[in-house]
Amino acid sequence: MLRIEGLRKNFGGLKALDGLDFEVPPRSILGVLGMNGSGKTTMLNCINGVYIASSGSIQLDGKELTGLKPAQIFDRGVGRTFQVPRVFSRMTLWDNLAVPLLSRSMTRAERDEIRATWLKKVHLFDLRHNYAEELSGGQQKLLELARIMVSRPKLVLLDEPFAGVNPTLSRLLIDVIRDMPGETGCSVVLVSHDLTSIYELSHDIIVMHEGRILARGDAETVQSNPDVVEAYLGA
Amino acid sequence: MIRVMIPLALAVLALFAASLLTGPAGIGVRDGLAALVAGDGGPLTLIMREIRLPRAILALMIGGSLGLAGAAMQGYLRNPLAEPGLIGVSGSAALGAVLALQTGLAASFALGLPLMALAGALIGVMLVMLLAGPRGASLTLILAGIAVSALAGALVSLVLNLSPNPFAASEMMFWMMGSLADRSMLHVWLAAPLMALGAGLLLTLGRGLDALTLGEDAAEAMGVPLSRLRLQLVIGTACVVGAGTAVAGAIGFVGLVVPHILRPLVGARPSRLLWASTLGGAAMLLAADIAVRLILPERDLKLGVVTALVGAPLFLHLILKLRKERI
Ligand SMILES: Nc1ncnc2c1ncn2[C@@H]1O[C@H](COP(=O)(O)OP(=O)(O)OP(=O)(O)O)[C@@H](O)[C@H]1O
Ligand SMILES: [Mg+2]
Repeated sequence: MLRIEGLRKNFGGLKALDGLDFEVPPRSILGVLGMNGSGKTTMLNCINGVYIASSGSIQLDGKELTGLKPAQIFDRGVGRTFQVPRVFSRMTLWDNLAVPLLSRSMTRAERDEIRATWLKKVHLFDLRHNYAEELSGGQQKLLELARIMVSRPKLVLLDEPFAGVNPTLSRLLIDVIRDMPGETGCSVVLVSHDLTSIYELSHDIIVMHEGRILARGDAETVQSNPDVVEAYLGA
Repeated sequence: MIRVMIPLALAVLALFAASLLTGPAGIGVRDGLAALVAGDGGPLTLIMREIRLPRAILALMIGGSLGLAGAAMQGYLRNPLAEPGLIGVSGSAALGAVLALQTGLAASFALGLPLMALAGALIGVMLVMLLAGPRGASLTLILAGIAVSALAGALVSLVLNLSPNPFAASEMMFWMMGSLADRSMLHVWLAAPLMALGAGLLLTLGRGLDALTLGEDAAEAMGVPLSRLRLQLVIGTACVVGAGTAVAGAIGFVGLVVPHILRPLVGARPSRLLWASTLGGAAMLLAADIAVRLILPERDLKLGVVTALVGAPLFLHLILKLRKERI
């Protein structure tokens, strides 16, 4: 599905990404942990084309993504959310979900159906005619997730989906994300500081540190890795 | 939305009719319209069809274009202070026009000046696109526009400076103030195709501009092809503003003030502002062109002077209102 080899990104002298290698198999969730500034968001920005990688290769289903523009990468089936939720506050929820469908060829009925499906999944269907500015921060995160999922992405990049979300909505969010690979066939790269959610959701975990991968494996392997314990978990 | 569009459309219609009925010849409403429609070949028909009709049509087209281009530019740059002249089109069109006057090309055939102005606009916009590059952010576009405007402005000054006599220089100065007096259907036909093309390009930007309100990276992540959107914006603006400047000279403030006034009325979505601003721009320019004929009928008051005189205080008012809201 997604295969990353030797990915580097420099900002001047700063090596934000210093040689990443990993793979995300089909229908799986890759959890990404790492301290502030370890390069997680930069990695997502390189995958979806916001940043041009300094070197390395990013392949989706065997096709190279590096060098493409973000809109082209979106068309290849990569969707993402942002660390700080960004919704169209002066549009209704229903209109919000129309934006990523602009470049998709779908009939009116298909559009309406998929929008309704996702708004129901995130429990916002009843509010569909309200303006997005009326939502709480946590609900905006849910709306953002629904907005990217209506475009039926093959690969979904989630940047801190649980930040600032209360426990009830977090629970809902976890359930929705867990079901996504099975229901839509997508793979997920899940960046989060929330250890419990990462452990609960991920099939595989990587821990980043200063632009490199410090440890990888399932929840148990990562938790018991002495480097991780020292550098990240601080225990 | 509808509550804004219908009054605007009615205002444009009324002003268009009023423009047809304004002029030194003092033609009555019924006589004027009869001469326009029936056309018996007499002097009345001539005045209505050859003098007043092109003037009203040009005011409608140019005002609408300026309003539209202003709304599109403000939406793209997400800055309410942006205006269509920002990408250097009007400046380079002015340079073309001034050169046409200087070389005598303007005097040798009727469309000499507008064609030179169009050529200037074309060269200017190509320079801007070359400078801004294919993948740059909106800031590079602004900087490229400023650079080209400054260069064109300097060259206009040079031409004025070297003009053979004061009469030639004042002719250029007057042209740059903008006017719709003594334009013919020839001017309409010259501008119309370009304006239609440009308006088509700009009016279809709406959804992309809506997506852009979240920032360039978020819009692109939702599949909005930014480089194509920008190309469409620049070419569309160049067509409408280039054609408008070519036939009427530089007319300021319409593209800046109209979207600004209408924004609170239609809501914060750029797509809604495009149509509203088109109508608003047409209404403002039709009104201004009526005003120049009524206020000082014998003195050839220039259109660009009036729009600036009206536009600047309106803008000041908006600034003061904004300041009050902040506090
Ligand atoms: N556009 C940029 N220009 C310069 N430096 C940048 C840029 N973007 C990120 N960086 C730097 O790259 C490093 C990695 O940043 P990044 O945002 O990827 O971290 P992160 O792991 O997402 O952190 P957080 O957990 O705080 O979100 C940081 O040192 C940051 O300052
Ligand atoms: Mg981050």
